[in-house]
Amino acid sequence: MRIAVLSGKGGTGKTFVSVNLAAVARDTAYIDCDAEEPNGHLFFKPEQVHSETVYTMLPAFDAQKCDGCRKCVDFCRFNALAFVQGKPRVFPEICHACGGCSLVCPQGAVTEEKRAIGTVSQGMSGGIPVVTAILNPGEASAVPAIKAALRATDADAVIDSPPGSGCPVAEAVSGADYCLLVAEPTAFGLHNLRMVHELVTLLNKPFGIIVNKADGVYPPLEKFCADRRAPILAHILYSRKLAEISADGELAVRHSAELRRVFLGLWETVAAEAAS
Amino acid sequence: MIIAIPLDENKETVCVSFGRAPYYLFHNTETNTSETLKNPAAKASGGAGIQAAQFAADHQTNAFITVRCGQNASEVLLASGINIYKAAHAAVADNLKAFMEGKLEKLTHFHPGFHGGV
Repeated sequence: MRIAVLSGKGGTGKTFVSVNLAAVARDTAYIDCDAEEPNGHLFFKPEQVHSETVYTMLPAFDAQKCDGCRKCVDFCRFNALAFVQGKPRVFPEICHACGGCSLVCPQGAVTEEKRAIGTVSQGMSGGIPVVTAILNPGEASAVPAIKAALRATDADAVIDSPPGSGCPVAEAVSGADYCLLVAEPTAFGLHNLRMVHELVTLLNKPFGIIVNKADGVYPPLEKFCADRRAPILAHILYSRKLAEISADGELAVRHSAELRRVFLGLWETVAAEAAS
Repeated sequence: MIIAIPLDENKETVCVSFGRAPYYLFHNTETNTSETLKNPAAKASGGAGIQAAQFAADHQTNAFITVRCGQNASEVLLASGINIYKAAHAAVADNLKAFMEGKLEKLTHFHPGFHGGV
């Protein structure tokens, strides 16, 4: 069973919800898929960490075989290839490693070479397996690192998704049995909730909503959820104390009995929903 | 000599976006004729700068006048033997005039991409 935690923007509380949920769950790993800035390890401080390099493929062109027909350049929908002085040329950070250029080349002039784009690290934190996807700086796509992190363990897991609703998020969520959408009770929070709601609806995932940093009820968000029969599973109140605990790199469920009760209840609900 | 310039919707002023300009002007100095074409990269999901630079290279461009230019696009232009100049005016006609009088400076700073797309 895998639970993905996502939100339309950064800073809403994905990692806060993910790490605390994983901390109260039993026999469940924590997989950080926010590969551009993975923070979950700061809370878990995993030990016996080992890392593996993540590779993607990059086309290489045999100048002897290439007759300059340009089919590869015209095929590339990502515009990762340019046709300069009669030869194709690849822009590595734009390439999505689809392999299409090697398929369409009539001369067999395109081969693929491995290129390192990031790492996946794995360690243990008091019985909780902690997996972290890390994208190398400057890389355009986190998708290969996220795929590798999700494959690194077969265990049940809480998946800490990247922010937004683009390709990396879709990848992080693709194998999830249930999605938790974290939203702030503000106009901006509602806007971002709409985006992730659209994504999980499109992917046909069961989901529930957590309103985080709630300092009161924001009626438009409540109405949005009610109109779509989108269940709000919890309102986590804005609290300076929780912020301080998190800023110290501590798991809030280990310092607040009240919050621990909230997350245990949340885990029970989510586990039942995901299993049904 | 062929000069390429990215154009705004009005087709009269230089577009600040290199890759996503709606139109491109190709001006032939020998025949003193201009051609305005749709930029095929305007709505590209990614790599717009590369595709737009390719578009210019495929039109036998010799000189490119632009407000700014990304690193990837500049690689394509420079490798194709195209000189890049910095636009000094809003109006296309003023830039062409300044270029012909040798008053435009070469663009030497190429910014990293605005690739957020993902």
